[in-house]
Amino acid sequence: MTALVIAEHDNNELKVSTQNTVSAASKLDSDIHVLVAGAECNAVAEEAATCEGVTKVLYVDSKEYENFLAENIATLIKNVSDDYSAILAPATTNGKNYMPRVAALLDVAQISDISSVESEDTFQRPIYAGNCIATVQSSDAKKVITVRTTAFDAAPKGSNSAEILKLEEVNDAGISEFIKEELAKSDRPELTAAEVVISGGRGMQNGDNFSLLEGIADKLGAAIGASRAAVDSGFVPNDYQVGQTGKIVAPNLYIAVGISGAIQHLAGMKDSKVIVAINKDEDAPIFQVADYGLVADLFTALPEMESKI
Amino acid sequence: MKVLVPIKRVVDYNVKVRPKADESGVDLNNVKMAINPFCEIAVEEAVRLKEAGSATEIIAVTVGAENAQEQLRTALALGADKAILVETDLEVEPLGISKVLKAIVEKESPNLIIMGKQAIDGDNNQTGQMLAALMNYPQATFASELKIEGEKAVVTREVDGGLQTISINLPAVVTSDLRLNEPRYASLPNIMKAKQKPLEVIKSDDLGVDLNPRISTLKVSPPPEREAGIIVESVDQLVEKLKNEAKVIS
Ligand SMILES: Cc1cc2nc3c(=O)[nH]c(=O)nc-3n(C[C@H](O)[C@H](O)[C@H](O)COP(=O)(O)OP(=O)(O)OC[C@H]3O[C@@H](n4cnc5c(N)ncnc54)[C@H](O)[C@@H]3O)c2cc1C
Repeated sequence: MTALVIAEHDNNELKVSTQNTVSAASKLDSDIHVLVAGAECNAVAEEAATCEGVTKVLYVDSKEYENFLAENIATLIKNVSDDYSAILAPATTNGKNYMPRVAALLDVAQISDISSVESEDTFQRPIYAGNCIATVQSSDAKKVITVRTTAFDAAPKGSNSAEILKLEEVNDAGISEFIKEELAKSDRPELTAAEVVISGGRGMQNGDNFSLLEGIADKLGAAIGASRAAVDSGFVPNDYQVGQTGKIVAPNLYIAVGISGAIQHLAGMKDSKVIVAINKDEDAPIFQVADYGLVADLFTALPEMESKI
Repeated sequence: MKVLVPIKRVVDYNVKVRPKADESGVDLNNVKMAINPFCEIAVEEAVRLKEAGSATEIIAVTVGAENAQEQLRTALALGADKAILVETDLEVEPLGISKVLKAIVEKESPNLIIMGKQAIDGDNNQTGQMLAALMNYPQATFASELKIEGEKAVVTREVDGGLQTISINLPAVVTSDLRLNEPRYASLPNIMKAKQKPLEVIKSDDLGVDLNPRISTLKVSPPPEREAGIIVESVDQLVEKLKNEAKVIS
């Protein structure tokens, strides 16, 4: 049995979410191949080959895959899928975009966002914004799976040198076209992989006030996140959103500032190891999941905290 | 341009759902039901396209039990022109739903399908992509902006790193993210009018689609409980606890 993991990358670097997915695949008791599809992404293929547990890297390099358009990637994955008993991708926006398309092309019911592997056909996954955990069993011969990356440790890199097999597979569906991308540039760690996350909500009042979080983030090496309300109000860009429909994070330390703790926000952060909440309303639901709650005005608490850490 | 909007009846987003005591499923007794928030955004977007003159007809469709007619009436009150219920008592998986929708698309030939990116019950995030695959249509998921330009749609998508803009040929499937728009409230006159709008009921068996489940739910359990925390008195105490008790900062 062999599992195929679809690599997440930006044509330059392998993303950690790939390593989390390799680690999920390793629980299926099978050989693991990784598919690296992109444009001028040789370095990514070489990086993937060093991941522990990987026995082969399929490497496809062509401009049709540069921007990971679902139509082209899904056809590619389907075309290389014959020999695999499971195909896994991280539940990133890329993985969520192309994987169901792969599943439908293969006539398979996808298992989304697994948080644990119970056996080769049985998995756990959160449903209803994480208020319930479903244990599900798939009867499809081939499994198509997306992986909740925070639930699996990253397979280490560096120790391995798997074979790299270059494939010539060109698929241009010709029905979609990439126009542009506006990606946030930041020196901070990636939100989904950071050890510490500090998030602001509507209580921050405006985007400028996020500088109060930045000072603390600088000192703690933290990533900055936000609630939906903060994003909707235009305080910060959409890629900051933590929650049911934003990013799922599980850092060692999550600090929620001026966030009430709606179900949909909790869905994205309640697996964090230690949760701190700073809120002026002592009845805010966020305090029910917080290990340490501070009932205070954030505008006085944050500067004080920055000076004391 | 004809727009098809598939929608789903789900638990209201304010409800905190729990597993049944015997873990055989989710306890939905006496729980408030509503149109899935993302589907509502999809309906709103279709209505705006119609108001802007680029859409001519909006058809809302759902696959579900008889009571899902309530959510179709909501869509009609928001501005859909007609509704279709594909009636089944089975709990149909996204793959099955997308097969039913394919049959409806072949019957109605819409130029654009707008639907929610995920339903807040199963959180699967699959159906739109699957329908696009089965129709061999392009897809633009997680849309925060949609513009129709002739035979194409230009869509801005919310992605992990920020925003991505793509152009897709019509017909196509677009799935809505939260910031695509803010849905209006249905006015009372529109709710009354919706009762007169056509609602067609089709039995799922008549479509000849394979709806057999591929995935069985063995159990539904509560998530791991977090231990109760404490309220600290001051920033000093907070920093002290983080350093010496939790040991998460140094
Ligand atoms: C389908 C759907 C999906 C959703 N997905 C997400 C998601 O992914 N992520 C998400 O976050 N939300 C999501 N939401 C929205 C969610 O329901 C809440 O509306 C949102 O999380 C609220 O954000 P907030 O806590 O910042 O704002 P509010 O609920 O308005 O809370 C603001 C908090 O700030 C506190 N505050 C104000 N001023 C101060 C001060 N000076 N000092 C200290 N505290 C202060 C207040 O006491 C209050 O508790 C979703 C909703 C729906 C319907």
